[in-house]
Amino acid sequence: MKELALMKGNEAIAEAAIRIGVDAYFGYPITPQSEVLEYLTLQRPEERTGMVILQAESEVAAINMVYGAAGTGKRAMTSSSSPGISLMQEGISYIAGAELPCLIVNVVRGGPGLGTIQPSQADYFQSTKGGGHGDYRLIVLAPASVQEMADYVELGFDLAFKYRNPVLILTDGLIGQMMEKVELPPQKARIEEFDQSWVITGKTPDRERNIITSLNLDPDLQYEHNLKLQEKYRSMNEDVMFERIGCDDAEFLLVAYGSSARICQKVVDIARGRGKKLGLLRPQTLFPFPTDEIARLSRQVKGIMSVELSAGQMVEDVKLAVNGKVPVYHYGMLGGKIHSPEDVLSAVEDKFIGGL
Amino acid sequence: MKEITREENLVYRRTPLMTDATLSYCPGCGHGTIHRLIMEVVEEMGIQSETIGVAPVGCAVLAYDFMDVDFSQAAHGRAPAVATGIKRLWPDKFVFTYQGDGDLAAIGTAETIHACNRGENITIFFVNNGIYGMTGGQMAPTTLEGMKSSTSPYGRNNETMGPPYKITELIAQLSGTYYVTRQAVHKPGPVRKAKKAIRKALEIQKEKKGISFIEFVSNCNSGWKMTPNDSNIWMEEHMFPFYPMGDIKVDGKLVKG
Ligand SMILES: Cc1ncc(C[n+]2csc(CCOP(=O)(O)OP(=O)(O)O)c2C)c(N)n1
Ligand code: SF4
Ligand SMILES: [Mg+2]
Repeated sequence: MKELALMKGNEAIAEAAIRIGVDAYFGYPITPQSEVLEYLTLQRPEERTGMVILQAESEVAAINMVYGAAGTGKRAMTSSSSPGISLMQEGISYIAGAELPCLIVNVVRGGPGLGTIQPSQADYFQSTKGGGHGDYRLIVLAPASVQEMADYVELGFDLAFKYRNPVLILTDGLIGQMMEKVELPPQKARIEEFDQSWVITGKTPDRERNIITSLNLDPDLQYEHNLKLQEKYRSMNEDVMFERIGCDDAEFLLVAYGSSARICQKVVDIARGRGKKLGLLRPQTLFPFPTDEIARLSRQVKGIMSVELSAGQMVEDVKLAVNGKVPVYHYGMLGGKIHSPEDVLSAVEDKFIGGL
Repeated sequence: MKEITREENLVYRRTPLMTDATLSYCPGCGHGTIHRLIMEVVEEMGIQSETIGVAPVGCAVLAYDFMDVDFSQAAHGRAPAVATGIKRLWPDKFVFTYQGDGDLAAIGTAETIHACNRGENITIFFVNNGIYGMTGGQMAPTTLEGMKSSTSPYGRNNETMGPPYKITELIAQLSGTYYVTRQAVHKPGPVRKAKKAIRKALEIQKEKKGISFIEFVSNCNSGWKMTPNDSNIWMEEHMFPFYPMGDIKVDGKLVKG
């Protein structure tokens, strides 16, 4: 039987984490995502499933607790918002280097610095290009609804374990705070039987000791390790996810993710109502990025606009995909302000044609 | 050798829990002895299959090459947080961190204090050699007043650089700590005492009584630019008066001194 609830995006993430049997959550309060830790502590998941919940002394500690916990082969996660995610970058780099599976949620707010607690998409570069030091990538999921907030928790862990790689849910204060109807996953038990061949459990006589590390002092070994990582990141392409909205006959295309995609969906509706052939490509994974799909669409449309709550970050990836075939524009609001559908529509009319 | 050694005459053997890898430590350095003592206790308690170590960033970064137990390497200073994550998910395993003074008392101060304050049921082995050994002998939070290092080349000036501090006494004040002691390994007598302390610490962890914390005041002959023997004499004359040997907290109670 379906179980429906009316929830905030942040709460949906927390409830989904309990229901899919996540083993541990470590976090530190920050607006606009504190509801995750608040909801988890209120729900007594230690009684519902035996899930470990701990408020750490900082985001630095929280991500290192995740690192330690992920090394046991169990499912560990954290969440934060932009300034806290910046603090976590060292730990995330170590997790990527040591190839540990885990889930990180960034409910983005406007920056730079302490910025604002209003929603933003200005952490796209940090999320999709590595973020910390070294050549590494996270799998980046971009939910556009409270439903996807809930669904991407399990998807995130599936991908994290498939690739032994950290997965980031990149969302923002808008989706984190807004309430929507959500269908919750059924309650599952935590996984007791899992692959322990690589994890730290205590060395038994039948195997060599297991070591979780990102250190390779020998440059030849570190080179090999880097090549292996790069191969892994390339292979993630098979899990690229996107939604096509009105793309089949589109003459002009918007590319937008998360909350901006929600706004752009309205823009498409209005434009279509006026008989204009506008489409929207909504990446659900930002890494891997739907490069091939955008390249295909660039052979069909006359122009593309990347619409983001930033000064123009994803637009660079769109341009790489389009490779000069059609004009690519950016439209976006900065610093926590949100564009209205009308704002976007007039930008579209301005750039594409006079004819829309 | 095997044939001529009679069991009853055997007075010492290398614990099989130390691997065959050649130690990366400078000859005369205390790190190797501390590794051996920990592994001897793990062997004697029969807990190899339940023990997980957390290695620091510092000279002991490769501790997992030498100690034959499962290990997680941690970012600089973060070992207590990493150990917290492991222990919370494997509460019945033995989890220890092994950290230098820069790692534990400078960059990792917050993680150290909060893991101790929460009373995480782990053991912290803290090797205080008064210097950053690995990076070539820079000043540590534990470097003594007037002591020369590559970043206090005219000697540590307490007024401009801040004085050295005793984090071990500080964490002993926290209610989460159950056993806090300061030991050394430069002579047979202290080695025997240090081994007893390690055993006590791991027994406490077995009984889930809270955090046990052992500081080893140790030498860094390379960083101090001394021969191993001179460094041990210097340590006795200069380090021990500031960092006095002995128990600071036992059975959750501060030792009166
Ligand atoms: C974030 C970060 N900062 C600085 C360093 C460089 N570093 C490596 S080891 C070390 C000091 C280690 O000193 P200590 O903890 O006393 O260990 P020892 O080598 O003396 O045993 C430093 C500063 C690093 N690896 N990571
Ligand atoms: S540099 Fe110092 S602490 Fe490091 S191995 Fe050499 S003597 Fe030991
Ligand atoms: Mg040191």
